[in-house]
Amino acid sequence: MSVPDSSLPVPDLQPAVWARDLTRTFGDFTAVDAITFEVARGEVFGFLGANGAGKTTAMKMLTGLLAPSSGEAWTAGFDVAKDPDAVKRRIGYMSQRFALYDDLTVRENVRFYGGVYGLTNRQIAERTQSLLARLGMERLANDLVGRLPLGWKQKLAFSVALLHEPEVVFLDEPTGGVDPVTRRQFWELIYAAASDGTTVFVTTHYMDEAEYCDRVSIMVAGRIAALGTPAELKRQFGADTMDGVFLQLARPAEEAAP
Amino acid sequence: MSPFAAFVVKETRHILRDRQTLAVLLLLPVVMVLLFGYAIRTDVEDVRVLVADASRDARSQDLTRALASTTALRLVGVVANAGAVEPALRAGEADVALVIGPDFARQLARGTAEVLVVGDGVVPNYAATAQAYVRTVVSQWAAEGGGPPLVRTSVRMRFNPTLASQNLFVPGLLAFVLTLVSALMTAISIAREKERGTMEVLLVSPLRPAQIVVGKVAPYLALAFVNALTTLALAAIVFGVPVRGSVTLLLAASLVYVLASLAIGVLVSSRVPDQRAAMMGVLLGLLMPTLALSGFVFPISSMPGWLQPVTNVVPATWFILVVRGVMLKGAGLAVLWQELAVLCGMALVLLALGARSVNDRIE
Repeated sequence: MSVPDSSLPVPDLQPAVWARDLTRTFGDFTAVDAITFEVARGEVFGFLGANGAGKTTAMKMLTGLLAPSSGEAWTAGFDVAKDPDAVKRRIGYMSQRFALYDDLTVRENVRFYGGVYGLTNRQIAERTQSLLARLGMERLANDLVGRLPLGWKQKLAFSVALLHEPEVVFLDEPTGGVDPVTRRQFWELIYAAASDGTTVFVTTHYMDEAEYCDRVSIMVAGRIAALGTPAELKRQFGADTMDGVFLQLARPAEEAAP
Repeated sequence: MSPFAAFVVKETRHILRDRQTLAVLLLLPVVMVLLFGYAIRTDVEDVRVLVADASRDARSQDLTRALASTTALRLVGVVANAGAVEPALRAGEADVALVIGPDFARQLARGTAEVLVVGDGVVPNYAATAQAYVRTVVSQWAAEGGGPPLVRTSVRMRFNPTLASQNLFVPGLLAFVLTLVSALMTAISIAREKERGTMEVLLVSPLRPAQIVVGKVAPYLALAFVNALTTLALAAIVFGVPVRGSVTLLLAASLVYVLASLAIGVLVSSRVPDQRAAMMGVLLGLLMPTLALSGFVFPISSMPGWLQPVTNVVPATWFILVVRGVMLKGAGLAVLWQELAVLCGMALVLLALGARSVNDRIE
């Protein structure tokens, strides 16, 4: 399933994502200020921060959408500044809005994304079959996605993001607007993907979800203010929950803001 | 399947699945052609003519009879005094008046006679046409009588001798329909991806921005082509509007015009957050100028001096010139190359701007 790659002599030792002094400025404003971190292969990495802390900008750089102003970042073995197209082919992406087309059927959506990622017709047919079987959606294959309940759409969107077997999957607040039971089920899908070796890079607003991550980083005002396992961070900040850690970090920044 | 092919298939599915919109788009040219052809006729019929004849000789009465026997004209009265003309026009008793001077017969005998055709300026388009009718009758009468030309007939009417409005509305209508389908639908379709959040996913995918734009545009290009053919066919079959020049040239010009419109649609969509804003942007920014400033509804020559240069930046202005030239005058490349060159230049600039706007959004 891994993409053959001659540019990396020992691919397995490379982190799935790493950034060094990664910076992005817009005019005078520094959205992301020299962040440095690594995400290991197969890790579930939580990327937290208040709105406006620079999460989205950082994620755009890591997915090859936005060129860094300085510093560097590598995703799935490629330099995001020099080879964004190679990065894009090797990652999956899912946002809060699920990005499925309501006016297309389940099968047509899967087929479209398979085609976009350059899968052959035979690969698309095989993977559609196994995807539908895994989700128990065989009978819904020819239904319009617009008629599916939200929880089903979310699972389908995640499976579609994994269809081309990406090395890293970026999830941008994937559980927004979904009830707690469905969120819990969704995290089981995330663990299943991680145990298959897919690196999961996830942003969330729900602090209980931060507890599910292997490691968590918290961005405040463009910098990474904290980085570690949930247990380490709770110990470091003397908090019982991740919510407590987050509030301690986010509050001073908000008060300092004009 | 290549990413681009997958994208075009998806776009085509969207269009085919939305039956209502598709039906509207396909029927639009039919409805518009029939509407313009039958209802919104600018032809002038039953023009009421008042003759102010101060001469009252055999020749002037002969001219009055010629006017009275013209089908489109109706003689509402003959007065001796030209002073009665203005009150009659003001009261709406006549649409146009022919004023014959007291020494009409003597002038004719000498070689050149002058008559005055007064129109009601409150309805300028109607009045201009009514005046033209009367002038035509007068000059025909003068020619038959072997006399000198009294009033010169405008050369512009040579190509549309019956002044049939069907012949004139088809080029403008073609421009309007093509603008609507290409610019509006493309802008809405791209804005929809932004609104629903699917654009993010497309941009993160291996699809290149240019492929996304071309994939969006391609199905509408096909649809616009169908619409162009429908408009021309209906105009020819129902109203007998001729295509005197090359159909190939006409379709080639349509293609260039559609590309320019599509590029404007892309430009608009890159600057708006959602479908509603896209629709308003195209309606106000493009469809209104296409209707009002292209010479389709209002003649450019009757616009105020400062406004006339503005019409040059509306692509439809040039497209309509080309279509009128090809359809009504049978003109070819040799005559129309300048207008076509301007249209091509506009399309190229707009396409470049459109492609750049998509890249800007990502940077």
